[in-house]
Amino acid sequence: MSALEFVNVSKSFRDVNALSNFTIALEQGELVSLLGPSGCGKTTALRIAAGFETADTGAILLGSTNIISLPAHQRRMGMVFQSYSLFPNLNIRDNVAFGLKVRGVPGDARKKRAEEMLDLVRLSDLGHRMPHQISGGQQQRVALARALATEPHVLLLDEPLSALDAKIRVEVRDEIRRLNRDLGVTTMFVTHDQDEAMSISDRICVMNNGVIEQTGSPRDIYNNPATSFVAHFVGSINSLPMGSTRVLIRPENLVLATHDESAHWRGTITDTTFVGAFTKISVVLDNDNSSVSVLAISAQIDRNIEIGKSIGINEATR
Amino acid sequence: MALAGISSLGQSDPKGGSHTRTPLQRFQLPVKFKPIGLIPFFGFVGLFLVWPAFSLFRLAIQPTKNSDISAMREAITGDYLDSFIYTIKLSLLTALLGVLLGSLLAASVLRIERPKWFRNFMTSFAGVAANLGGIPLAFAFIAALGTQGLITKMIDYFGVNLSDAGFRISNFAGITIVYLYFQIPLMFLIMVPAFNGLRAAWSEAAASLGAAPWQYWRYVGLPLLTPALLGGFLLLFSNAFSAYATAYALSSGGARLVPVQIRFFLQGNTITGKDNLGYALAAWMIIIMLITMTGYLFVRRRAEKWQQ
Repeated sequence: MSALEFVNVSKSFRDVNALSNFTIALEQGELVSLLGPSGCGKTTALRIAAGFETADTGAILLGSTNIISLPAHQRRMGMVFQSYSLFPNLNIRDNVAFGLKVRGVPGDARKKRAEEMLDLVRLSDLGHRMPHQISGGQQQRVALARALATEPHVLLLDEPLSALDAKIRVEVRDEIRRLNRDLGVTTMFVTHDQDEAMSISDRICVMNNGVIEQTGSPRDIYNNPATSFVAHFVGSINSLPMGSTRVLIRPENLVLATHDESAHWRGTITDTTFVGAFTKISVVLDNDNSSVSVLAISAQIDRNIEIGKSIGINEATR
Repeated sequence: MALAGISSLGQSDPKGGSHTRTPLQRFQLPVKFKPIGLIPFFGFVGLFLVWPAFSLFRLAIQPTKNSDISAMREAITGDYLDSFIYTIKLSLLTALLGVLLGSLLAASVLRIERPKWFRNFMTSFAGVAANLGGIPLAFAFIAALGTQGLITKMIDYFGVNLSDAGFRISNFAGITIVYLYFQIPLMFLIMVPAFNGLRAAWSEAAASLGAAPWQYWRYVGLPLLTPALLGGFLLLFSNAFSAYATAYALSSGGARLVPVQIRFFLQGNTITGKDNLGYALAAWMIIIMLITMTGYLFVRRRAEKWQQ
């Protein structure tokens, strides 16, 4: 039995289909990302699970119970929002203890549990501070502690890293993964950032225009994209002519030809970008003018790669 | 110039260290001359607030000819004391009802999303209604709820006689209703931005944590609105406390409100032995407003403790 299951959930806003027959099952303890461009329906799906939006049709199963008609406050879903949603009138400890307070947990037990949760996100010395006195990254960690304090059935994360700067984003991301593993809490993570989804998820559900394009492990999504949309949205990809059709090949799966005569494709180098271990070489193909990029290991580029030079490209043999 | 350094921190271009100043900043005075900018403000306050109040108090505490009690004492005894109690009661009641009904009105209007023009319409209407007072408003109500008023007659047609029920547009209940006509929209205007300041994520976070709507309001919503509610209450109280034209017109000059009493003296009337009574009444009004404001600041500081 799945921990959380969407069964044919549909939702439209006026004449726009935000979500069409959305069906997915999350196993206990699993971290699943909903990945897609803005307006793809990922946030709508999450908000329907949380009870903030009503679905037009379909069911949401928590274990074997359909919770689609339960009000949000009876669903026991922990939610973390993109904008910092800590209550500004309560200090950090009272924020974390809020869910216990409204459930009638007595003061001492509440305080103890709040301290435990703050310990878990390594912010135990900030309990007496007010939300505006701590940083954005710390606020999101408190929001995580607050959502987890009541031991929710499922943790719902709505782009929780989007408002953070790059370094803090990685820290909080790792924190989320650690909490998910340590506590075994089933987690649904909404993001438009493919790197975020790739690095954190057990499975990724790629969405577009309210429908699921593909669901699979990050490796699966990257290596075996089911649709052209997935191939283009996750990672970068080249579209190369092959006979009368075109093939999609990732830049790291292309190599520069060692012998010109054996090259599958030929083109002219337009740019090279050294990014440390790798060098990205941009090439315009001779026969159809399409741009292609090749990601080569810097140490293995033995030839003098220069802009304007003609070069042969092959698919890497695996 | 530590100060200038701090202020430029927030405005500096994140991409480069270039110190571009806005045209306004370029014409700023050096720091040591900055207090000069406050002269118009202090001049205004001194000329129109401090000096008149000072003169008023000076006249109010002057010994009165032909009388053995001072004007300040006289102003809070007998009928005058009753006037103060009546005025404070009216102000408190209309402020309380205004806060309650105005806030509920704002909350419900903000919940109505369609038609889109409705919210703007209500805000514009409230802006007009909140500033409509005095004689036009009084006559509008006399025409509606006076002894020969349209609504009075309509209700009478259905067998309910307002006069027999003890209602007069000029008595306490009547004046309360008329005052609410501008008190409720005023509170509405104060509360709309306050309600808009409550983020949707707060109520949603509360709900996901298991809080029923009333629990959200009890522990988060109301505490966050308290400063606006207190500020609104004070504004409504002073609004009603100092209003007089409306009540004056409603009651043909006979209302027992303190401002109406002061008007009697303003018109040049004097009662022998009570020369400075008008000043004393005004002085007491200022004292009551000062007490109210001090209490307000104290309560507000407590309500805003979480912001420090």
